[in-house]
Amino acid sequence: MTLEWMAWTLPTAAFFLTIFCMLVCMTIWQMASPSIPRRGFLPISTTRGDRLFIGLLGSAYIHLAWLGFTDLSIWIAFPIAIVWMIVVMRFG
Amino acid sequence: MDKWENNRAWFLVLPVFFIVAFSAIIPLMTVVNYSVQDIFGPGQRVFVGTEWFEEVLGDKRLHDALWRQFLFSGLVLLIEIPLGVVIALLMPKKGWGASASLVILALPLLIPWNVIGTIWIIFTRPDIGLLGAAINTMGIAFDHTASPIQAWITLMFMEVWHWTPLVALLAYAGLQAIPEAYYQAAKIDGASAWSTFKYIQLPKMRGVLTIAVLLRFMDSFLIYAEPFVLTGGGPGNTTTFLSIYLVKIAVGQFDLGPAAAFSLIYFLIVLLFSWLFYQALQNVGKGDVK
Amino acid sequence: MKIRKRTIALLIYFFLLMLPIYWMLNMSFRSNADILGYFALYPKDITFANYMRIFTDKAWYSGYLNSMIYVTINTLISLSLALPAAYAFSRYHFVGDGQIFFWLLTNRMAPAAVFLLPFFQLYSTFGLIDTHIAVALAHCLFNVPLAVWILEGFMSGVPKEIDETAYLDGYSFPRFFIRVFLPLIRSGVGVTAFFCFMFSWVELLIARTLTTTNAKPIAATMTRTVSAGGLDWGLLAAAGVLTIVPGALVIWFVRNHMAKGFALGRV
Repeated sequence: MTLEWMAWTLPTAAFFLTIFCMLVCMTIWQMASPSIPRRGFLPISTTRGDRLFIGLLGSAYIHLAWLGFTDLSIWIAFPIAIVWMIVVMRFG
Repeated sequence: MDKWENNRAWFLVLPVFFIVAFSAIIPLMTVVNYSVQDIFGPGQRVFVGTEWFEEVLGDKRLHDALWRQFLFSGLVLLIEIPLGVVIALLMPKKGWGASASLVILALPLLIPWNVIGTIWIIFTRPDIGLLGAAINTMGIAFDHTASPIQAWITLMFMEVWHWTPLVALLAYAGLQAIPEAYYQAAKIDGASAWSTFKYIQLPKMRGVLTIAVLLRFMDSFLIYAEPFVLTGGGPGNTTTFLSIYLVKIAVGQFDLGPAAAFSLIYFLIVLLFSWLFYQALQNVGKGDVK
Repeated sequence: MKIRKRTIALLIYFFLLMLPIYWMLNMSFRSNADILGYFALYPKDITFANYMRIFTDKAWYSGYLNSMIYVTINTLISLSLALPAAYAFSRYHFVGDGQIFFWLLTNRMAPAAVFLLPFFQLYSTFGLIDTHIAVALAHCLFNVPLAVWILEGFMSGVPKEIDETAYLDGYSFPRFFIRVFLPLIRSGVGVTAFFCFMFSWVELLIARTLTTTNAKPIAATMTRTVSAGGLDWGLLAAAGVLTIVPGALVIWFVRNHMAKGFALGRV
């Protein structure tokens, strides 16, 4: 039984580890203090988990748009996505 | 309905979680890994970063396929959802007629997807097909392998023929759940057929229509076998939908990296739109009768 | 008068719905030379040669058996796993319930073409290639979420007071679930089984990728045989007709359940 075919690379492994850690942290946070749905600048009322999903999906699209419309380095899109995540988590 | 707060309910969900995660997460991670590398063969691969994503995003033929796909799925939803609802409204509510209708409706759904394509080839060929021959005798030259417009029309007919029964079945289920008392109340109020539909039947069908819209959007956006068998993506590229183009890259040119990047973008598009539909349909008319 | 108009409209729709299937049936009773020779609305010289060939050639009939085996296994797995999960979603709030529910649905959304390679690799790692259980497990990917979704709807239609009363009467959870709850949503289970059967039966890409000979589904047999030796329309049509038969039998047996199940509550 070998998993060589999964073709792991360091960056993708780091990426999945980050996502995994986020999910674990969110679960613990949720257990410690359950989140109540609330209404922010988003047109629907959301819980913390919903906002994380929206933040991640939005970040994916920010990166894709950056790759599609500009020739600049992808690393410039990264902080933009972080800011977006924070804004959604805090005010969404 | 108020639900009980209980985290031990997780144990009931665990088996489902594991069996789905086994087939879902490992392949998904592998595809992500493929998408950032150039793979020559087993053990021979080079990290290329986001190169494939840039290549795929700049691909003109992919843009064409994407708009074609949106047009197709849009038409599918616009035609099948109302048609399915109308058929469900026409169906008898009980007795042997109801059972018979259900059986007939379910038949097209139970045919393997490539066989659907085969059926429609046999049905529309100008030499041996009933439809093809009939149109030709009316004096219209019909051959869906030559004319893009006719290929599209044939595809739409096939798609509507194949999947409207699913919408009808689900809508019928929603209608059946409405208690008879509602209709009697509407009758006493002298409500017209239209307002009965608008204020009683449609709100009650929201749940099932959510399922119908989502299933139809996802499956039509990912459609592969039926158009591949019927038209092969032609004539030219006029019916090359996203998944047909994807298979051309993945299998035809054996470019694993770009194909993986393409799949992920494809997946993100379906994910975004499904989520939007899901949220919209969950929230539309909230606070109505439920 | 109004009723009659509705019936006529419905009959016209059903007629159109049956037309392509009728045409395939027509073709299946004619030899290939006959089909290409002249145009006929019904078979003039009925021949069963096409069907005989399918029933006597192992390459053909084993395809049907394989499909039926993995579809049955899949339906059983999907239902037995989805029932408790759907109960949890319909009765309880727990950490991440909404997210998990939507995540389950996302598994229908991945384009199959590129995922086929990792799928193949994954199942070879466990030595499952070309077995029925491999296809059955792989189909759980989209059938289990669907089953959870549909069953959750049926279960939410059952008032919670029934659970409370049963627990007060001293029922344990498994006993309550099997003796009290399941009979209440029996028809809903029937409808769910129908959908699982249907989506597993019609799926081709994954089933074809995970099998070579021993568990090859009928739909794959059709594509290969056709491309090998020119197009035999009659044989192709007969094979197509036979792919409808098992499904038709299933709905014939569950038709009353379906009618009842659909009447039971919001799906």
